[in-house]
Amino acid sequence: MRKLVKIKVKKLNKKLIAKIIVTIIIWCLAITMVIPFLWMISASFKISGDVLKIPIKWIPNYFYFDNYKFVWNIGNIAPRDYHFALAYFNSIKITSINVLFSVMTSCLAGYAFAKIKFRGSKVVFLLYLATMMIPSQVTLIPKFIIFDKMGIMGTHWTLILPGVVTVTGTFLMRQFFIGVPNDLREAAQIDGAGEFRTFLQIILPLSKPAMASLAMIVFMWNWNNFMDPLVFLRDWRTFTIPVALTNFGDENITDYNLVMAASVSALLPVIIVFLAGQKYFIKGLTTGGVKG
Amino acid sequence: MKISKQLRTDITGYLFIGPNIIVFLLFTIIPIIFSFVISFSNWDYTQGFSNINFNNGMNYINMWKDEWFTKSLINTVVYSITLVPITVFLALVISVLVDKYVIGKTPVKLALFMPYISNIVAISIVWVVMYSPYGPITQFLKSIGIKNPPQWVGDYHWALPGIIIMSIWAGIGYAVLIYTSSIQSLPEELYEAAQLDGASGLQQFTKITIPLLSPTTFFLITTTLIGSFQVFGQIYIMTKGGPGTSTHVLVYYIYTSAFTFFKMGYAASMSWILFIILFVVTIVQWKFQDKWVNY
Repeated sequence: MRKLVKIKVKKLNKKLIAKIIVTIIIWCLAITMVIPFLWMISASFKISGDVLKIPIKWIPNYFYFDNYKFVWNIGNIAPRDYHFALAYFNSIKITSINVLFSVMTSCLAGYAFAKIKFRGSKVVFLLYLATMMIPSQVTLIPKFIIFDKMGIMGTHWTLILPGVVTVTGTFLMRQFFIGVPNDLREAAQIDGAGEFRTFLQIILPLSKPAMASLAMIVFMWNWNNFMDPLVFLRDWRTFTIPVALTNFGDENITDYNLVMAASVSALLPVIIVFLAGQKYFIKGLTTGGVKG
Repeated sequence: MKISKQLRTDITGYLFIGPNIIVFLLFTIIPIIFSFVISFSNWDYTQGFSNINFNNGMNYINMWKDEWFTKSLINTVVYSITLVPITVFLALVISVLVDKYVIGKTPVKLALFMPYISNIVAISIVWVVMYSPYGPITQFLKSIGIKNPPQWVGDYHWALPGIIIMSIWAGIGYAVLIYTSSIQSLPEELYEAAQLDGASGLQQFTKITIPLLSPTTFFLITTTLIGSFQVFGQIYIMTKGGPGTSTHVLVYYIYTSAFTFFKMGYAASMSWILFIILFVVTIVQWKFQDKWVNY
């Protein structure tokens, strides 16, 4: 009996040691993963000459906030065509419009595909599914031509018009509504509520978590969207953050401190939103919302 | 006149999907058809719409003689078949270790996930600086005794590996996230039974975890493969396809053909080749899902 206990204790000890070793290894790995971010933040507070000095000073001797002032053009010290505040405004505007409307259109259509037995719903839904396989590069070229013919090239409409509907979002909401029990809907309709009232007052309040997940991933797609604004926008006044950053990087790539300050500015919002809504964000990604 | 119940349901249904389907038709279906049509022409955008010439699908034949295209395709394939297995395998090992042994799981998972949500432009710029001859990576390699560290994105042979390393870093968090959420749903009893039978940790990993996670692995291979075939942002920022053709990938070539040289027809036909590749990947997933998932 005593022997058995001894073996168990030994085993436990062995397990604990293994656990500590693996923890240290994984933590080292995790730190390596964030080193580029730490380096970026550290460099963004340095003067240009100190950025590449060896050994790396992770905490600068002096926090040089002028990099941020320059990038944000506070006090008009930068040439006109880097205006991060304007890029922020553009990104926030486009992202919030697209999040709001695409959640709305996805809920409406997802609900109809899941619950309303209208003729042709299967065929139409199949068409939606089929287009999910087509990469966005296929539609990029015709969209460019269509926008040019419509005369909206270079405006934010090029990002908003196609952005207010997402096929993936419609699909995700349909999957969610299929899981909502039918009796709720039937009970409401026996009480005389029309389809739209049932949807608005009974079903939507139940769907808040699903809507939050969808909103999070649509936010991320739009905030980080690079190729569309790169192709459709021309003027620095209309640039969203990724294109403004590209433009800034092209012209100042040797001023590492400034470029890093710009990069930190670009990353901050998405990281804050992610930390705030982690739960919904992860739910959205694990249920299949990989790419727009 | 009385409207039948079915008609009423139809009207309600189409009203619900109305706004969605209008945008869907205008900016997804019509562009797809349009793209397919112009892919059979050698249309140059600068020549105007009236000068469109259809060439009986010659784009799809001529592209194989275009060295830029074949090189781009090869680079894309090399990039994908290197990146995908490494990402998925590393993610599997990390996820299992994190789940089983690590103290402080959440901060670790967050750290791994940070690059995935970050803007590709910002992280590419950071990596350009880190890879530069005086940057921290090169300095680190020198400090551990490597005399001639690679020039990374400035070197013909090291540019693509450099991009692959950066992309694994950027994408692994997603795979870890998916793995850890499936690991949590694995039945605990199996592991307890295995421990009673004296199975070692490694045996448990190869005999229980890997087979049980095979659907997840399969899903991740497919999604990562689809994503990696569309690599663009890091190429655009870090190398612009260079040096030479060393990092010239398919989507980058589609981009430059269409929006630098305005060869819309040719670019459209290349985008359909990309579609065919992704389509095959998806079909393989559907067809073999049941066979490869081994339990």
